[in-house]
Amino acid sequence: MPLVPEIDYGTPASRSDKLVTLTIDGREVTVPEGTSIMRASMEAGIEIPKLCATDMVDAFGSCRLCLVEIQGRAGMPASCTTPVAPGLVVSTQTSRLKDVRRGVMELYISDHPLDCLTCAANGDCELQDMAGAVGLRDVRYGYDGENHVRARNDGAINIKWQPKDESNPYFTFDASKCIVCSRCVRACEEVQGTFALTIEGRGFDSRVSAGQHEAFVASECVSCGACVQACPTATLTEKSVIEIGQPEHSVVTTCAYCGVGCSFKAEMRGEELVRMVPWKDGQANRGHSCVKGRFAYGYSTHRDRILNPMIREKISDPWREVTWEEAYAHVASEFRRIQYQYGRDSIGGITSSRCTNEETYLVQKLVRAGFGNNNVDTCARVCHSPTGYGLGQTFGTSAGTQNFDSVEQTDVVIVIGANPTDGHPVFASRLKKRLRQGAKLIVIDPRRIDLVKGPHVQASYHLPLRPGTNVAVVTALAHVIVTEGLYDEKFIRERCDWSEFEDWAGFVSEERHSPEAVETLTGVPAELVRGAARLFAKGGNGSIYYGLGVTEHSQGSTTVMAIANLAMATGNIGRPGVGVNPLRGQNNVQGSCDMGSFPHELPGYRHISDDATRETFEKLWGVKLNNEPGLRIPNMLDAAVEGTFKGIYIQGEDILQSDPDTKHVSAGLAAMECVVVQDLFLNETANYAHVFLPGSTFLEKDGTFTNAERRINRVRRVMTPRNGFADWEVTQKLAQAMGLAWNYSHPSEIMDEIAATTPSFALVSYDYLEKMGSVQWPCNEKHPEGSPIMHVDGFVRGKGKFIRTEYVATDEKTGPRFPLLLTTGRILSQYNVGAQTRRTDNVVWHDEDRLEIHPHDAEDRGIRDGDWVRLASRSGETTLHALITDRVSPGVVYTTFHHPDTQANVITTDFSDWATNCPEYKVTAVQVSPSNGPSDWQVEYDEQARRSRRIAGKLEAAE
Amino acid sequence: MSNDAKLVRMANQIATFFHSQPGEDGPMGVATHINKFWEPRMRRQFFDIVDNHGGAGLDPLVLEAAALVRRPPAEGSARQAPDA
Repeated sequence: MPLVPEIDYGTPASRSDKLVTLTIDGREVTVPEGTSIMRASMEAGIEIPKLCATDMVDAFGSCRLCLVEIQGRAGMPASCTTPVAPGLVVSTQTSRLKDVRRGVMELYISDHPLDCLTCAANGDCELQDMAGAVGLRDVRYGYDGENHVRARNDGAINIKWQPKDESNPYFTFDASKCIVCSRCVRACEEVQGTFALTIEGRGFDSRVSAGQHEAFVASECVSCGACVQACPTATLTEKSVIEIGQPEHSVVTTCAYCGVGCSFKAEMRGEELVRMVPWKDGQANRGHSCVKGRFAYGYSTHRDRILNPMIREKISDPWREVTWEEAYAHVASEFRRIQYQYGRDSIGGITSSRCTNEETYLVQKLVRAGFGNNNVDTCARVCHSPTGYGLGQTFGTSAGTQNFDSVEQTDVVIVIGANPTDGHPVFASRLKKRLRQGAKLIVIDPRRIDLVKGPHVQASYHLPLRPGTNVAVVTALAHVIVTEGLYDEKFIRERCDWSEFEDWAGFVSEERHSPEAVETLTGVPAELVRGAARLFAKGGNGSIYYGLGVTEHSQGSTTVMAIANLAMATGNIGRPGVGVNPLRGQNNVQGSCDMGSFPHELPGYRHISDDATRETFEKLWGVKLNNEPGLRIPNMLDAAVEGTFKGIYIQGEDILQSDPDTKHVSAGLAAMECVVVQDLFLNETANYAHVFLPGSTFLEKDGTFTNAERRINRVRRVMTPRNGFADWEVTQKLAQAMGLAWNYSHPSEIMDEIAATTPSFALVSYDYLEKMGSVQWPCNEKHPEGSPIMHVDGFVRGKGKFIRTEYVATDEKTGPRFPLLLTTGRILSQYNVGAQTRRTDNVVWHDEDRLEIHPHDAEDRGIRDGDWVRLASRSGETTLHALITDRVSPGVVYTTFHHPDTQANVITTDFSDWATNCPEYKVTAVQVSPSNGPSDWQVEYDEQARRSRRIAGKLEAAE
Repeated sequence: MSNDAKLVRMANQIATFFHSQPGEDGPMGVATHINKFWEPRMRRQFFDIVDNHGGAGLDPLVLEAAALVRRPPAEGSARQAPDA
């Protein structure tokens, strides 16, 4: 198996529809107008030598290697910066060009070390390739004199030499190998949009510098890897390549971190992963990556991984390693015992948003067909279930309306309750690129997130609302749009129910919804709301991107409807550049919802009470299905505390850490008689488990993930599962032990079953995905190529439905005891509960959760930056270190939830969304006070966790 | 918070939404929502509050909706394993 071929065309593709024909080396070539001569040549198969050009960034014209001669034009223009024109006659190889190129190469090589044999880029060095291509045979200038190569010149210190910067955990910067082509600097600017790199000095003194001559890790660098990818030499090199060597084959797969779902080439040497490189043809990421997907895969071989199944009678016992057969038999007999003793509905399961579609499908099938109930839920319960409900009600389908490419055509963007530069970094880079081209940005967020003001990006409006007032703010935006007549009447009359619109318009027009009237509630100056509304309504293509800051509220579903109303009222649905775009948290949270993980619906969002749908599955599965909705995760825990829910199978989710009100979760788990956890590590939930089934990573199995744009991407196995089995195999064995006659030999057979039963997946198969690369559902006879944009000719439900959105204050209120509002979020380097990223070098950037607090609130309490503080709510208390910042407004504090020793969810409450029970993570009334260190609860928790991780016959686990 | 109190709060939250909606369909809206998303034992508990505790704490709209909420099968019928 070879490396996946990728052609570098030298300059980006032109989008022009107009074609131009020219002659290159006697061949007629036709390309879109605006294409460079370099790219046109490459498309015709003629490779012009180049060093500073690569198609991930714009042409720069500095290396002087790509020169060509054009009939009738003087001199030798650079082919990268010269666009094609009709009738040009171009020569890429003449004796004059040969001489010039060789001369240029000689100069480069005269200031470059000649350690090719021991160089990490050996086998993957463009400088070496070009020396070969131009026929460089000797360097007349010699290697003495001024240089950047040697630490000492004739015994004297060489001030131009710079030691290797190894500060970044994942790559090194060796300036002695740098040819100052600026590809890294331009990648950082154009692709990533961070502007962390620059060229300092002039002429021969020019060199690449991170920040202001800082170490990489201390600079603004976000370690996305774009510079390393762009570097043509060994100057920027992955440490893994230095350690292992060049890969010999590669496989395209999909990242298992956030909902952007980036495509990567897993570059391998045997079964050893050398590096992950973003795949240029990946339709979600278009060749870009972030620090997590690019570098943070080390958890897959971490020593903490549990590789053998384990059982224990009581959670206070140490674990006992058993065979897989014993484990399956034990679970099957326990689940059956519990069902006989407590009833059929006393057990359930949780599917994983980190596992594949096929695995998720099997877990819900096991619950419905094997357990005989519908007690299945997934972590979308605690993140985007309101999206499903809200968009289902208004548009008729539970998913985002656009593809990520759509952002390239947007003119005004609202980002509400999302922090893309941390949570969805590759999308953020694509958004920032569009903003630098002139699109306008409106940020609605209690915190001043990075997008509000960054290098060459600035929001036109930042509406720093009080947590919990989303509905009031979005309805006020609608008030301005309706009362000032800024709505799109033509669109509404054609596409929506006009009488519902009239009712809604009357409702939002009421004076009590005006920006002035709600200002005291929301804390947002009315003028900002008015300005933002006018900009959004009249600024061209308007798109809305949102995250968990919208959904995780007691009015989460209402806010989603309010967003949908806003998009319909302004006519921003059904074409590129517009739409309503939920940014999904986990890699396969969209897929897990699609696959019927919710207790009330079968795959494809069809309600369990629908006889025809049930019949489809009953026929195929040979069982009678229960027509009643099952328990949702919070309801399961309530029922457990009450004593009617006794057993659970949890695949790849850590509810004890991720779900709100930790004490309630632990009480629920402790009340169960058989908790089965399937995971890579002994996670926090496993502290309460009786059976542990080792899980496998995304590198170890075949399957598909569905990202936030409904894109079904292949996950491909590149190494043998260290635990022996892919997760779908484990679920299948468990089902067999429970008496189900399952016999899948490959995940593709599971996908075939999904396609056969679920209309929106009708054409999806592994063969089809192989052919298409990826498709976005619905993918069926009506949409054979998939659906990049939804609701193009009309809403899925028929007419778009406007729904009144009355603001209701949450019951979680501040008062004298708890005067501050806590809101939570995530950070770039860490992911979700941190089980994966904490086991990588990403901890360099974020090794603890900290409490962001405004200087005024800190001063009132005598808190200094870095102090231990106690954070208390009516649910519980914890301690962590303070970080004083004016990113949060006075009265608001913020923290992340990546570290189990902080346990931010001890603080969060059991309030939840009215429609879906999605917990209200984003608003908790708290008090903050100085503290001496960890709370009693944290000490106790840590002790309990350590005790529960003991494995008989083994030394205590490290974490 | 007791499970009863939680259930009352959840039902009232649903009612609050439908109070704000136009027309006379409030009770149907609340009942449909409960029928679609509440597992039988939750509805059983709900009817216990309505039938045996005078609907204490429930929003009048929820009480109105109760007549339209589907009565779950009696508890005993579910007390068996699927293959039993």
